[in-house]
Amino acid sequence: MDVPLFQGTRVYLAAHDPESDAEIESRWTHDLDFLHAISSKPALPLSASQIKKIYKKAEKDDKDRFSFAIHTQADQRLIGFVRLHHIEWPHQCGWIKMGIGEAADRGRGYGAEALNLALYYAFCEINLFRVSATVGEYNLRWCDLLKKAGFVEEVRQREALLVNGQRFDALILGLLKEDWNRIRPDFVREREQSLHD
Amino acid sequence: MTRPLLQGELVRLTAIQPEMDAELEARWSQDAGYTRLLTTEPPVPWTVKKVKEEMEKEDSMYSNFFFAIRTLDGNELIGFIGVDSIRWNHGTAWVGVGIGNREYWSKGYGTDAIREMLRYAFRELNLHRITLDVFGYNKRAIRSYEKAGFTHEGTIRQWINRDGKRWDVVFMGILRSEWEALESS
Repeated sequence: MDVPLFQGTRVYLAAHDPESDAEIESRWTHDLDFLHAISSKPALPLSASQIKKIYKKAEKDDKDRFSFAIHTQADQRLIGFVRLHHIEWPHQCGWIKMGIGEAADRGRGYGAEALNLALYYAFCEINLFRVSATVGEYNLRWCDLLKKAGFVEEVRQREALLVNGQRFDALILGLLKEDWNRIRPDFVREREQSLHD
Repeated sequence: MTRPLLQGELVRLTAIQPEMDAELEARWSQDAGYTRLLTTEPPVPWTVKKVKEEMEKEDSMYSNFFFAIRTLDGNELIGFIGVDSIRWNHGTAWVGVGIGNREYWSKGYGTDAIREMLRYAFRELNLHRITLDVFGYNKRAIRSYEKAGFTHEGTIRQWINRDGKRWDVVFMGILRSEWEALESS
């Protein structure tokens, strides 16, 4: 039972702390690539106080969402978020969403590890049967991360996104627990190993 | 202007009138075999009062562009239809439809309502595409959407857990260009 649920080797998952996080997250919302990667809503820069309000509002539907701040192990720096949301408990299904705020922190393996931690939480702690993710086909990095974790493309909504004047498909990717179990990323193996040591 | 908006060959789409319509909707909410076609949420019977309150709320499933489906002959309420989750920046929305009166199943009423809803979405809201999802066990609806011009866009595997079994959810979509081609043929 002594599994380090929130600890990876390079990142860890922590509670959101609006007091200290809002300022940093506000900076992220001024990056168009970040906003287009995490949402299909119109890009909108938010102030720190607007972000605090959003956190307040989110507390109301916290029964069907689990949202974590991603921090680096090296310097405890806030670098992003990962969130399980719209969980349908009767069907044991949910959605996952992740964002790494600063361009300099992308493509360095932080996201991959955070995704694995969140999936471990989804399948082994809250016992979901499957996890889904929506992704714009232009978002190659997120798509690639998901596929490496075992997700497969299930739905292609043709021309559902209009971004920077160009039409893109919206994809839905899905991962069943049984597939995730079978694929057994090294990450999970190591985790289980630590149980028997 | 060509033909009246929201009027098909079998049905017309009209405003929802809570005073009149809540009673039937409440009765249909007792029919779990019906409501299990509409939502992944556990079916719950609703009182007339609760339905009326929902219908009168500013921001409920009956708001947005939701209409009552009434028969052309007899003006009888047989179901509801609407588009929601509109993303104006992308020109996209979702459509949802339910025929609560089982006597009107498999007779073309649903398909007729969908066709009129699509005309409204493409000619009045000027959207680019419409999406829907439908449960794998709802073969009747899937056939109807195919008839109205929707294309299969994929399947979410085993999303739904009902009666001890896992069921897929089918995704379908129609582009404005595809609808225009159907209209002119």
